[in-house]
Amino acid sequence: MKTLADLYVQQFKTTFASMLQYRASLVIWMIAHVLEPLVYLIVWSTVSSTSGGSVGDYTTREFAAYFIVMMLVNHLTYTWIMYEYEYRIREGALSFALLKPVHPIHSDIADNISSKLITLPGMLLVAVVLAFLFHPAANVAPWAIVASVPALLLAFLLRFLLEWSLAQVAFWTTRVGAINHTYYILVLFLSGQIAPLTLFPSPIQAAAAVLPFRWMIGFPVELLLGRLTPSEALTGLAAQTAWLILALVVVRIVWRAGVRAYSAVGA
Amino acid sequence: MNFLRLLAVFFRVSVLGELAYRANFFMQLFESLLELAASLAGLAVVFSYTDTLGGWRPDEVLALVGVYFLAGGVIGLVIQPGMEQFIESVRDGTLDFTLTKPEDAQLLISIQRVEIWQLIDIVLGLGVLGTALVRLGETVGAFEAAEFATMLLAGAVIIYSFWLILATLSFWFVRVENILEIFRSMYEAGRWPVSLYPGWLRFGLTFIVPVAFATTVPAEALTGRLTLETLLGAVVLAALLFTVSRVVWRIGLRHYSGTSA
Repeated sequence: MKTLADLYVQQFKTTFASMLQYRASLVIWMIAHVLEPLVYLIVWSTVSSTSGGSVGDYTTREFAAYFIVMMLVNHLTYTWIMYEYEYRIREGALSFALLKPVHPIHSDIADNISSKLITLPGMLLVAVVLAFLFHPAANVAPWAIVASVPALLLAFLLRFLLEWSLAQVAFWTTRVGAINHTYYILVLFLSGQIAPLTLFPSPIQAAAAVLPFRWMIGFPVELLLGRLTPSEALTGLAAQTAWLILALVVVRIVWRAGVRAYSAVGA
Repeated sequence: MNFLRLLAVFFRVSVLGELAYRANFFMQLFESLLELAASLAGLAVVFSYTDTLGGWRPDEVLALVGVYFLAGGVIGLVIQPGMEQFIESVRDGTLDFTLTKPEDAQLLISIQRVEIWQLIDIVLGLGVLGTALVRLGETVGAFEAAEFATMLLAGAVIIYSFWLILATLSFWFVRVENILEIFRSMYEAGRWPVSLYPGWLRFGLTFIVPVAFATTVPAEALTGRLTLETLLGAVVLAALLFTVSRVVWRIGLRHYSGTSA
């Protein structure tokens, strides 16, 4: 356990330094992360104000709160590993990672967290500006804030493991574009990024409750905004844990099979 | 007409190159259909709660989605790939080969790469646009059609000049492809009428990153919303930006030192 902690500290130091060299790319990622929820915030605010100040169970100002918090949660749980892995495997860069005596997923997690630590102040600033522009409102409860800490952590780990194992598809085919795109659109709709899930027809809501996507993004957002009852929050945490255990098993199986299928350039 | 002849040549070369990778056609078809399905599903969710969005009826927004795919297809077909390759060629010095050719270098770098499978987006865009117009039940007169064609052309020229100016910056800075990445995320906002957005964002999408001229303005022409000021403004801006981009290109070229120099 101690060696793993040391490993993370070292990895943080190196990736922190290297991420700081690519500040411009980090800003560009931030623009993309702000613009998408902002567009849906504006679309739903417009719909809400033309239909008398509310749509479904959301008022105009609650939509603003929903999409601003969604922006932050999406940013915190976001990974780019699926795009990165294809390159690593195609170019053979993975071979170096295989030589190291630890599982390569640890350096990926450390990379992800350090890039978030660098960009988080910027995102919080954007959130404050958006709050001034759109006047969000929510009934936040203290217990829900406390419960959202484990919910966010579980959401981050679940999304990371799921996308990490999906990235391993690149071991078998280098044409991962279509798979990534399909996944992206499923997440867009079923995690509540395009609209709060309660606004969707009930079959889609039922599907979202069973699939992992809502538990990666939508659930912590609703929890933070105080839209869930304590029992719904507990059910959600249980669903997150169940999916996380499943994702851990999948990561192990896919990684082992993938490394066996991997033939590096020059091997 | 030299331009069209050269474009035809580059197009033929691309077709010959891509026919060796026919699977790419199905990949692109799949991705384009997926993107279109997601767009339509998004519209369906929004319009299940309202009849108009910022004064636009569902079928009018559908027409806008058609224009979004059409314009996006044109950008992806020739403008974007050419500019990406140009930026790359400034960095690794292969621009030297282009400059030695007995043809205007700006023309050559602009059409040097054609991504033929983007034609799928153009065809899909036209299909969606046609469907929307039939459902709107309005006969688009020759006047509206001419307005639409003019605005689409003006939009293409504006986007092209915008990209060329940004790409020309690579004569001074090594890494500019990141700026083009911003365009890609901004273009997504063009799916919806820009009149929806608050003033500062509408300004940004019109004059800083001119997405509105490629999507909303042509759609306005088709749905009878286009004012004379917008029409004239778009044409003037297109002419102005085109001239500016030419000047910037000339200055930049003088700044280029080549690989061996």
